[in-house]
Amino acid sequence: MNLRRDVFQAIADPTRRTILLLVASQSMTAGAIAANFDTARPTVSKHLQILTKCELLKQEQNGREIYYHINAKKMKEVADFIEPFRKMWDDRFNKLEAIMKSKIHGQKNNG
Amino acid sequence: MEQKTKVNAEDGKQEIVITREFDLPLELLFKAYEEPELFEQWMETKVLKMENKKHGSYAFETSRNGNVVFRANGTIHEFVPNQKITRTFEMENTPFPIQLEFLEFEKLTDKTSKLTMQIVFKSVAFRNQLLQMPFAQGINMAHNRLQEIISKLK
Repeated sequence: MNLRRDVFQAIADPTRRTILLLVASQSMTAGAIAANFDTARPTVSKHLQILTKCELLKQEQNGREIYYHINAKKMKEVADFIEPFRKMWDDRFNKLEAIMKSKIHGQKNNG
Repeated sequence: MEQKTKVNAEDGKQEIVITREFDLPLELLFKAYEEPELFEQWMETKVLKMENKKHGSYAFETSRNGNVVFRANGTIHEFVPNQKITRTFEMENTPFPIQLEFLEFEKLTDKTSKLTMQIVFKSVAFRNQLLQMPFAQGINMAHNRLQEIISKLK
């Protein structure tokens, strides 16, 4: 299993990035995290599962509740990643390519 | 599958090299950088100024929901159509020092081309900080969401 790639995928999702921010400030239960989103609770649970699986979040039992807290060590690793930066340029260049391709077709239609 | 856009940031170096191969003739690739209307479309920004000549300057600003969220400007030092653009890049209202950018445009075949963008930073630390910015943007989005929730509570 390629753990690094899993981490990339984990942070590529805006909801999961938001979860990381929420939990970064304080440990939270799944319910408290879900309350911040319009999406259905099972969807948030799925995101929590992914984040836990790739070790960005850790679970901690506190009485009857399970609290999620951030795994700072893993987060540091994520922060060093180039992938989000690469993705940003890749998106821009894909757009450039699509726009200019449409120009080629436009020219053909006009000519 | 091989990635179309590659980013090379070697440890301990104060530069980033971005390369991309396009399914576009060289002239069209360059045009996307040269014409403000096209640049606005793919960069999703508004061009305030674009003087494509030696010692010319440029400026653009990006808005989201009617608010200006990002402004940048710079000076063009070299502008050779279908070959290269050398320019400075300054992000306004950020702690980031000015960057130096070398853009090289190459013809691969009649229908394909390649862009190499070398960005030089003031220090290794600033380079590393910039690399983390897209991730930080995600975090800002989360902050906005938090603000939204708080304002609903009021």
